[in-house]
Amino acid sequence: MTQTASVLADPGADGRFGAFGGRYVPEALIPACRSLEREFRSAWSDSAFREHLTRTLAVYAGRPTPVTPAARLSAELGVTVLLKREDLAHTGSHKINNVLGQALLAQRRGCTTLLAETGAGQHGVATATVGALLGLDVTVFMGAKDVERQALNVFRMELLGAKVVPVTSGSQTLADATSEAFRHWVGQSETAHYCIGSVMGPHPYPWMVREFQRVIGEEARGQCAQLLPAGIPDVVVACVGGGSNAAGTFAGFVGTSARLVGVEAAGGASIGNGSPGILHGFESYLLQNDDGQVLEAHSVSAGLDYPGVGPEHAHLADSGRATYVSADDDEVLAAMVKLARTEGILGALESCHAVAWVLRAAGTDELPTSSTVLVTLSGRGDKDAAQVRELLK
Amino acid sequence: MTTVTLGRPPLERHLRDHRDQGRKALVPYVTAGVTPGWTGLVEALADAGADAIEIGLPYSDPMLEGTTIQEASQRALDQGMTTDRALAAVAELDLNVPLVVMTYSNLIRHRGAGVFCERLASAGVSGLIPVDTPLDEATPLLAAARSHGIETVLIVAPSTPPDRIEAIADQGSGFVYASTVMGTTGERTTLGDQAADLATRVRAATDRPVLMGFGISGPQTAAQAARHADGVIMGAAVMRRVLAGESANEVAGLVREVRTALDAIIEPRWP
Repeated sequence: MTQTASVLADPGADGRFGAFGGRYVPEALIPACRSLEREFRSAWSDSAFREHLTRTLAVYAGRPTPVTPAARLSAELGVTVLLKREDLAHTGSHKINNVLGQALLAQRRGCTTLLAETGAGQHGVATATVGALLGLDVTVFMGAKDVERQALNVFRMELLGAKVVPVTSGSQTLADATSEAFRHWVGQSETAHYCIGSVMGPHPYPWMVREFQRVIGEEARGQCAQLLPAGIPDVVVACVGGGSNAAGTFAGFVGTSARLVGVEAAGGASIGNGSPGILHGFESYLLQNDDGQVLEAHSVSAGLDYPGVGPEHAHLADSGRATYVSADDDEVLAAMVKLARTEGILGALESCHAVAWVLRAAGTDELPTSSTVLVTLSGRGDKDAAQVRELLK
Repeated sequence: MTTVTLGRPPLERHLRDHRDQGRKALVPYVTAGVTPGWTGLVEALADAGADAIEIGLPYSDPMLEGTTIQEASQRALDQGMTTDRALAAVAELDLNVPLVVMTYSNLIRHRGAGVFCERLASAGVSGLIPVDTPLDEATPLLAAARSHGIETVLIVAPSTPPDRIEAIADQGSGFVYASTVMGTTGERTTLGDQAADLATRVRAATDRPVLMGFGISGPQTAAQAARHADGVIMGAAVMRRVLAGESANEVAGLVREVRTALDAIIEPRWP
């Protein structure tokens, strides 16, 4: 068996990616997970469903998103930098790809409500948006601290007709919002679909979300074939919190010779600093203490403030097919400014982790002069403007 | 007084004996470390008529708990409780009823199922309720538990289909934990029809004792559930009182009330 046959494939009935993944949920949720897996398998092999999703992504979400050659940055670094522009997708990030897929699936299953967790609010806004588009009720769970920090996104969700529930347990951030969303799902799993925002959660979520994000990598592969003499980039890099934009990007390149690099936040590096554990329904690398209690992640980008990482990334790391590194807050801020001033693109702090790695690695053995790199710019940075203004003071 | 650490009775045999005697089982729950005097509380509840005690190991992300047990868990962690400390304290308890530990997968995974079960056994614990390890993921844990003499209690929910109820009852041991509701732990004023319906379905599928938990708030809901099952588990109602600052003796009063209500149920013996 080749390495690529075992990674980024269908994880089968048990939802395993090597040693990782699985379905660790209370018994009450098992029927809902099984039914979701059945429906996803059926929908994903139904050409009518896929055509409907592709069409909606095109006419509503603005796909395909372009790949932009970053000319001035490339000249400065001595490497060819291409940007996959998920920041140009509707709602400002790649989150819409997954939400549209899951929401259409929820409709197909007869669900009338979408539940979602959100950290910075990007996934919550995407879910509220698609709920409005399809006429579904949306309830978004958000840590009370994040509700305070991201007041504008809370208002955006409410403006779109969603209900935002502040979560006051634990550290009052993304992990607690996720636990609370699970609790509410247990109580209404027959009518509500839990729209998880990343490649995490119990099987089939990590696989399903990666499949809905696969469009990033598949489009980019075709676009690289047009733009690069060699057809494929030497390196493909994306930021990793839960890891959905990276999983979607890597899915398009895992079968090529491109090196795959995932960039974690230094304060939330589950692969870099974590150990195997189980959280929110799946087994993966996890930030935890000696007792097995889950630790809080800390990063300048709320979207990467999650103590775990999708199980496929754990498997890609263990199998060696992808490399995981980290970038700290200072590097990320510098990268944001650099990208803004050389390319006129305000990238999200999350996405700027990937950019920061390119700035650091360019001209080294990691990314030699004259090599080519595709960076997935997962979202736009407008949401971060107020925070960055404070940080740069 | 002799130490009974190794003499605590196996869970299922103990519950079957009670059932044979026509006694409804009462299993109160205590979060390890919720107060400095939590072990005294466990002893007081046993003296007040509990048939077994469920000990919750506090965990940072308790996905199946309602607000009361979340708060108890957080309070215990804030006061420095760990799995090792909890089990060390449990080993010192002087009780004549079995203990069953409730916890989440990560605390088990973190040590490895074999080591975890070995520690339970050496602390004199009879059973384990792994709330977020469904049957599909339980094979290694079931094997490890069996090899250390730990009975693994698995949960069934109102949504569990008949073939799964049979498999869960068959592969679990100790008792079958039937959740009265589709939801999280926590007190409820009354139990819905699905509670009775599930208890009836589980009893038809297995000879193991069937205990109902989630939503048992006092004598009335306990009696309501026990009319359809072999006993009840009561968690949030106990922990709410503890969090409100009630003494062990005051909390034991609740257990005595529920004991009285359960003892008043007259039911034809199983054939």
